[in-house]
Amino acid sequence: MDLILITTGVITLIGLIVGAGLVFTGKKFYVEVDQREAAVREALPGNNCGACGFAGCDAMAAAIAKGEAPVNGCPVGGGPVAAKIGAIMGAEAGEVQRKVAFVQCKGSCQVTKNQGNYVGIPDCASAVRAGLALTDCDYGCVGLGTCVKLCPEHAITVRDGVAMVNRSRCVGCGLCVKACPKGLITLLPAENRVAVQCSNRDKGPQVKQVCSAGCLGCMLCTRQCEHGAITVENNLARIHYDACIQCGKCAEKCPAKVITPPVALP
Amino acid sequence: MNHNLLLIIISGALINNVVLSQFLGICSFLGVSQQMKASVSLGGAVIFVVTIASAVASLLYTYVLAPLGLDFMKTIVFILVIAALVQIVEMFLKKKSPAVYQSLGIFLPLITTNCAVLGVALTNVQNGYNFIESVLSGFGTALGYTLAIVLLAGIRSRIREEDLPAPLRGAPIVLIAAALMSIAFMGFAGLSF
Repeated sequence: MDLILITTGVITLIGLIVGAGLVFTGKKFYVEVDQREAAVREALPGNNCGACGFAGCDAMAAAIAKGEAPVNGCPVGGGPVAAKIGAIMGAEAGEVQRKVAFVQCKGSCQVTKNQGNYVGIPDCASAVRAGLALTDCDYGCVGLGTCVKLCPEHAITVRDGVAMVNRSRCVGCGLCVKACPKGLITLLPAENRVAVQCSNRDKGPQVKQVCSAGCLGCMLCTRQCEHGAITVENNLARIHYDACIQCGKCAEKCPAKVITPPVALP
Repeated sequence: MNHNLLLIIISGALINNVVLSQFLGICSFLGVSQQMKASVSLGGAVIFVVTIASAVASLLYTYVLAPLGLDFMKTIVFILVIAALVQIVEMFLKKKSPAVYQSLGIFLPLITTNCAVLGVALTNVQNGYNFIESVLSGFGTALGYTLAIVLLAGIRSRIREEDLPAPLRGAPIVLIAAALMSIAFMGFAGLSF
């Protein structure tokens, strides 16, 4: 009986001492937590996509509260979230340039030939790894929809063998950009009108053999552009968006209609 | 005497490696070894906490539990004290040394429930170590833990670049790698002075 009493007493005593120690240190070493950090965290979308470059929304909120990240640093939340965070931090939000994903390929089943039926794992990366391009074009969309499965917003669909992004749904997280084994997807400014919808870097005649909607590298667009905003690199037209004024002249002239105003897309 | 103390450290770090020979602390060993940087930080935090915990547990056992004949309560008391100790250390670091807290702090709550810490404290008592021996044994064991987790992080960074068969991807190949490391560490069992 004594043993039970001693044991209970000693353990209770140790527990009390430890508890008192915790309370004491908790009071003595109390650190002011920035109230704004919690508020900023509330305002962020909270899907932890990492598009801002931080390790998730928590890290981003901490960085904003410390002033190490801009209040408009969240590309997913865009303007409304930036305004909210700006109000919390007492800073002007500024305009966030919303970006959306864009598939740089137009090689649907009508314009490029199919090499045959693929019956393996329905995943672009697996097909590419197995050396199967599915279409004649080595650069084009595989069309098995790895990006479709990844997209958290269900903004991508594969139509006629080519992935397409629904621009109103896209939040610009960039998961598809990293996942595409062909590197076809880029993030473009959302208000953008012109974009090159091809990634084939072969010479004109070779492109023509495999796809009737491919960039031939004919340079017609570069001559049209009055601002020098479009160049042809590796037989592929490239638009420099900081110089582009979105006039759309290049798109009108393009013989293969590869330069398209992406607003026209679904 | 010095010879004996050195032996305790080497025995804790290599011969009786806490992860690879005693299979303690596997959870954080597998969980935090994805990034080299994180595993080094966790290793540092474990060295810090285990050394302090061994010292406190040794004092508590020698001066409170053993004289009162409460030997059988040591597991419960150690759990209680170690959990509180880690909390106090965390609060202390947060206030006094934010730089150290930034690099180690996020792992401290993880260590509260790491059985390696409790394991060391109990092993020390079992082996009848005195205060200095306990601290050194704790330090050596934590050093062994750090060695194991950093090695595994290195192996995992290589594994990530390999084209593995689908069934092996992720946890399975890590477990296989850890098992092979464990077999390799059995070689130290023959080490004697």
